[in-house]
Amino acid sequence: MSTEQLLLIEPLIGGLLCGFISKNTLRRSLLILFSLGHFVLTLFCVVKGPDPHPGNLLGADALSLLFLLITSTLFLPVSIAMSRYLARQKTEEKPTSLFASEAVFTAALLLFLFSMTLAILSQHIGLFWMAVEATTLSSAPLICYHRSAQTLEAAWKYLLICSVGIAMALIGNIALMVATSFDPALTDTSLAFAHLIQHAHQLQPIWIKIAFVFFLIGYGTKMGLAPMHTWLPDAHSEAPSPVSALLSGALLNCAFLGIIRIQMLLRAAGLEHFSQELLLFFGISSMLIAGMFIIRQTGYKRMLAYSSVEHMGILAVALGCAGSFATFGGMFHALNHSLIKGSLFLTAGLILHRYRTKNIDEVTGILQRSPITGVLWILGFLAICGVPPFSVFNSEMSIMTGLATQHHWIILGLMLLALALVFIGLAALMPRMAYGTPQANTEKMPPEKPIDWIPPVLLCATSLVLGIWMPAFLRNVIQMAADQIGS
Amino acid sequence: MITQLLTAAILLLTLQMLGSARLGVLIRSVALQAGAMILLGIFSAHELPNWHEGLLLLTTFLLKCLVFPLLLRRALRETVIHREVEPLIGYTRSLFIGLVLLGAGLWIATRLPLPPKTINPFQLAIALATIGSGFILIVGRVKAITQTIGYLVLENGIGMLGFVLATGSPLIIEMGILLDIFVGIFVMGILMLDINREFDHMDTDKLSTLRDL
Repeated sequence: MSTEQLLLIEPLIGGLLCGFISKNTLRRSLLILFSLGHFVLTLFCVVKGPDPHPGNLLGADALSLLFLLITSTLFLPVSIAMSRYLARQKTEEKPTSLFASEAVFTAALLLFLFSMTLAILSQHIGLFWMAVEATTLSSAPLICYHRSAQTLEAAWKYLLICSVGIAMALIGNIALMVATSFDPALTDTSLAFAHLIQHAHQLQPIWIKIAFVFFLIGYGTKMGLAPMHTWLPDAHSEAPSPVSALLSGALLNCAFLGIIRIQMLLRAAGLEHFSQELLLFFGISSMLIAGMFIIRQTGYKRMLAYSSVEHMGILAVALGCAGSFATFGGMFHALNHSLIKGSLFLTAGLILHRYRTKNIDEVTGILQRSPITGVLWILGFLAICGVPPFSVFNSEMSIMTGLATQHHWIILGLMLLALALVFIGLAALMPRMAYGTPQANTEKMPPEKPIDWIPPVLLCATSLVLGIWMPAFLRNVIQMAADQIGS
Repeated sequence: MITQLLTAAILLLTLQMLGSARLGVLIRSVALQAGAMILLGIFSAHELPNWHEGLLLLTTFLLKCLVFPLLLRRALRETVIHREVEPLIGYTRSLFIGLVLLGAGLWIATRLPLPPKTINPFQLAIALATIGSGFILIVGRVKAITQTIGYLVLENGIGMLGFVLATGSPLIIEMGILLDIFVGIFVMGILMLDINREFDHMDTDKLSTLRDL
């Protein structure tokens, strides 16, 4: 059995197993164990290097390796934070129904990891579509783990909007099949990405364009590109914080991978101008809309969610810009965003646990109440705004260099405007929470244990290290992924 | 001949659902439309479906024409007091938009390069209009149950698109069945996951505490 197959089977077995274990401590340790196993297998795959001829259904090419690395690197610390989160919750409330039980929650979490791994490894447009649907189904119970009117509303909105998005992506699949049906030589062709790219010139150009538009709308909904992002702030703010970290850092990237693969097909067919303009448009509009909504935002988790919309916009711009600088920067940025947004959401979870409110105005003096959380919050703020020496600075700089070398001056100007908007918005909100005197009622809340800080500190530190020194193997993985997209 | 009749039936049912005020009628029409869509798929194929395709079509039929109508009726009985549709976009206006969509669909269908095996552009136009009407029912109606029905209409349109354009490729039918999982979850959400107990009723319009504008 190949490493890729193991990588798929491992979280699947873990998920099924965890659904039937009733002992809480055992199940939580198993969760960490299985995510550690996933991480180790991912490292094996990365060391083995990309498969030059991935199969028609499953295979790990250079892009898969990079996104596997991002997902697995995020999932491991999040699983530690998750087990701590579950331990804290358990002492406070009793489950009311099936979907509120911890066993089902843990099972859904590992199945979510399985479906994301499947999406990353799939080399076939239909299989990828199914995997994205599976991610939606397995993550919905994660969002409404706490049964309340708000979480149900968020989960309903998430399901409805994403299911329409997935229906749009199905139309994209149909359009791509139609594109293959014009040339009689292609009648029995396989719908593997590599195969389609190989025969890109025999496909009907108008139908490829139609397919791209529907894929961009469909997977763009999942990725959180504005104006299809409306599910994202609700789901991210209502889900348990470790789940928000996964949604933001791993799930959005998986949808982005789908758009990357379709974009590669358009490039191979010589239609890249069409797709790049659309990507630039959606990217810039996401950044600007996120910037406008971040200013005067009242909930800190919603604020982080809009920041995710902004960063997804940056990724879309990087893909739309093409060129070696922007493509490399975009791939690096996907990693950086996952690291730092994971750290921020986990920190937000600690703040939420301590202050019992998602309202920015009701949180002050984190630094006094719990210095490490406060420092993490401030560092996260600096990192997500792209302040050096954090790695977000390097990747954003690389993307903007790419825009400049391609003479996309208007896009560059709008991007700088959006970054400034986001910076102003975040600067007005995040430091305010860290400084000042804390509310009196926060004193009686149980303080954090050292293990609570380990996951966000790990993620934040990794981002800091990558900003200063990038190990050769990582540069190699990112470079290979960028080369596969082509420049 | 029979394919043309079925196409006309799908169009008429779409228009009827846009203009209908009663939830019971909507549930019946969407099931009938799914049946017409599946028959259209069978009759417009050049050869008889093999056992694999037949099994897929049968599953689709069982889900869309038996299971979902029964579940939706149960949801209607158990949770809804007012059996009107409660439109945000009025019936006349919905119908008008439906006709505009049909016109737009025709305009698009006659201008697109159609694959050699395609039968006629009118079917493509009606499939597109049905997809658009599904959107109207999702966006323009208040109740969660109407949104679920709207999603089913959207699926019917996509299914018809698959039969007309991709000539009933089994992959597309499989994907259509996978989309049905969402419908199942929506109905389950209405029935079991307290969507109405928590909010007293299941108007998604009232699900609006989370927003920014």
